[in-house]
Amino acid sequence: MFYRDAGALKTSYAQEQAIFPVALDRWGVAIVLAVGALVVPLVAGPYWLGSILLPFLILSLAAIGLNLLTGYAGQLSLGSGAFMAVGAYAAINLVIRLPWLPFPVSFALAGMVAGAACLAFGLLSLRIRGFYVAVATLAAQFFIEWFCTHVPWLVLNTPSGVVSTPTLFLFGVDFSSVPARYLAAFATVVVLALLAKNLVRSSAGRALMAVRDHETAAELTGVDTARAKLTAFAVSGFYCGVAGALWSFLYLGNVEIEAFSLHRSFQILFMVIIGGLGSILGSFLGAAFIVLLPVAIANAATMFGAALKPDVLANLELMIFGGLIVGFLIIEPSGLARLAVKAKERLRRWPLPY
Amino acid sequence: MSDFSFFLEVLVGGLLSGVMYTLVALGFVLIFKASGVFNFAQGAMVLFAALTFVGFLEFGLPAWAAFLAALAAMLVLAVAIERTVLRPLVGQDHMILFMATIGLSIFLEGFAQLIWGTRVRGLDLGISDEPIEIGGILISQFDLSAAAMAAALVAVLSAFFSYTKVGRALRAVADDTQAAQVAGVPLGFIWAVVWGAAGFIALVAGLVWGARLGVQFALTLVALKALPVMILGGFNSIAGAIVAGLVIGVSEKLAEIYLGPIIGGGIENWFPYALAIAVLLIRPAGLFGAARIARV
Repeated sequence: MFYRDAGALKTSYAQEQAIFPVALDRWGVAIVLAVGALVVPLVAGPYWLGSILLPFLILSLAAIGLNLLTGYAGQLSLGSGAFMAVGAYAAINLVIRLPWLPFPVSFALAGMVAGAACLAFGLLSLRIRGFYVAVATLAAQFFIEWFCTHVPWLVLNTPSGVVSTPTLFLFGVDFSSVPARYLAAFATVVVLALLAKNLVRSSAGRALMAVRDHETAAELTGVDTARAKLTAFAVSGFYCGVAGALWSFLYLGNVEIEAFSLHRSFQILFMVIIGGLGSILGSFLGAAFIVLLPVAIANAATMFGAALKPDVLANLELMIFGGLIVGFLIIEPSGLARLAVKAKERLRRWPLPY
Repeated sequence: MSDFSFFLEVLVGGLLSGVMYTLVALGFVLIFKASGVFNFAQGAMVLFAALTFVGFLEFGLPAWAAFLAALAAMLVLAVAIERTVLRPLVGQDHMILFMATIGLSIFLEGFAQLIWGTRVRGLDLGISDEPIEIGGILISQFDLSAAAMAAALVAVLSAFFSYTKVGRALRAVADDTQAAQVAGVPLGFIWAVVWGAAGFIALVAGLVWGARLGVQFALTLVALKALPVMILGGFNSIAGAIVAGLVIGVSEKLAEIYLGPIIGGGIENWFPYALAIAVLLIRPAGLFGAARIARV
């Protein structure tokens, strides 16, 4: 009753091809965008804005990148952290060495460098399949970590290997305050998320899903599987690379390899699993879940008496985390996004049960 | 010392450290053979086993009792995993199972450290680490003992697979799960046995690696060392795991010594992967793996 797709008469090709054909979806997205851009920066304090919403947005972007590769194209990747690192290192070099480039251009170029790196490792997927691809991306993770710490040119010959990011300026506006950084990340994520949403309903996106569902069958029906897989790797690398650049410049304030370790890759993988494989909305839900879970656990611990020692808390967090992942896979392998779809269906037929 | 005997020393050192990798890789191969699950939690099981053993030692148990107690703990763990993780996920895609084992490994890391604490502990197996000289080259006694243990383990496992009823059932499950079920093999029981055996291997690996590195969180990273071994040897071949472990161990040491100075040190993290992938590009199923025939 509330969520209606009936009666929406489409009278033009533009309406037929809209990203959000249902009116309620359109309104929902518009409201989320308006609240996110206008209300949140005014209402939220610096803690929520800078320490929760900012990492949430940036990690959502990385999760979308991995979701395109793992959820849509079916190529499991354990190297998203490394591709974020490529983006971050490329961005710092572009911003410092070519200061006349506006920073969105530098970030886009950095994303392309990461896309190229991801594509290079993706070439292996043409010959090997399944777990072997996952291990190849794991090799990428270790190799890139090693490369970034052993080539001094990449860190502008800084002896410590940690480069502080310069303040970003665009048209004379300074992007150093928390709300400005939040808005920069918000704008990037909105644009790239809409592009991703558009990609997955295009013929290129359908080709990715065909490869995921059955590679041989896809090839027999005329899908260029090699092209589809390489597209997935390149686009995924681009998204992760931009996310890495944002992570360094807007969140951390420096570029260092520890921020992009294997742990990061797994964190992003969990976002995708918990959020829902093969869903853009799921990437956001998963990122929100993973960013908020440690905060929630810490808060719950202080509520139930602060008797827990920090190391006990850290281990409990690991256990809850691992347990939740297994639990999710058992109860709802399609993740939080599936729950959102179910909620929509409930809204559609309410008050009738069927 | 001449260059050649130095080379030999590196070679033997590499072979022996390769045996250590094989020890971990065996646990992976065993589970993959029997259930098609790529068990990422093997590293966490190594940590869990080693911590449990050291924990029981600290209670004042003698070493053999601590070993048996830790083994019992691993068997209980195996049954628990079969009941709570594998059984509900029967028939799911391999990718889902793989991710479930990642979740399991995180759970185990937290669980093991919650019970036994995060402190780094030394583990003394009573084997001296003094190098002995054989034919002019120095060999670590400890590595030799570890190699002997691994050889014994492989012998026991092969005998178990070949000559016992459970071992035959296990091979039947690995060969064709549905046919084995039709023939009356209890699948749940077999999986518990396999995970128990993997727990046993994890315990041995945990003892050897724990004595080498100290019993600490870094033991979980040992699993990452075993991955290229599995890739190189093929996921379902025990012989492959042995040969590949030796190859990886040797080439890693040789690369570190002869290639390291040229392109910068610290390459042991990714070199085995590069080697394994290079082999994969030529033989996509690994050196000894059975070629996969896809059904459309």
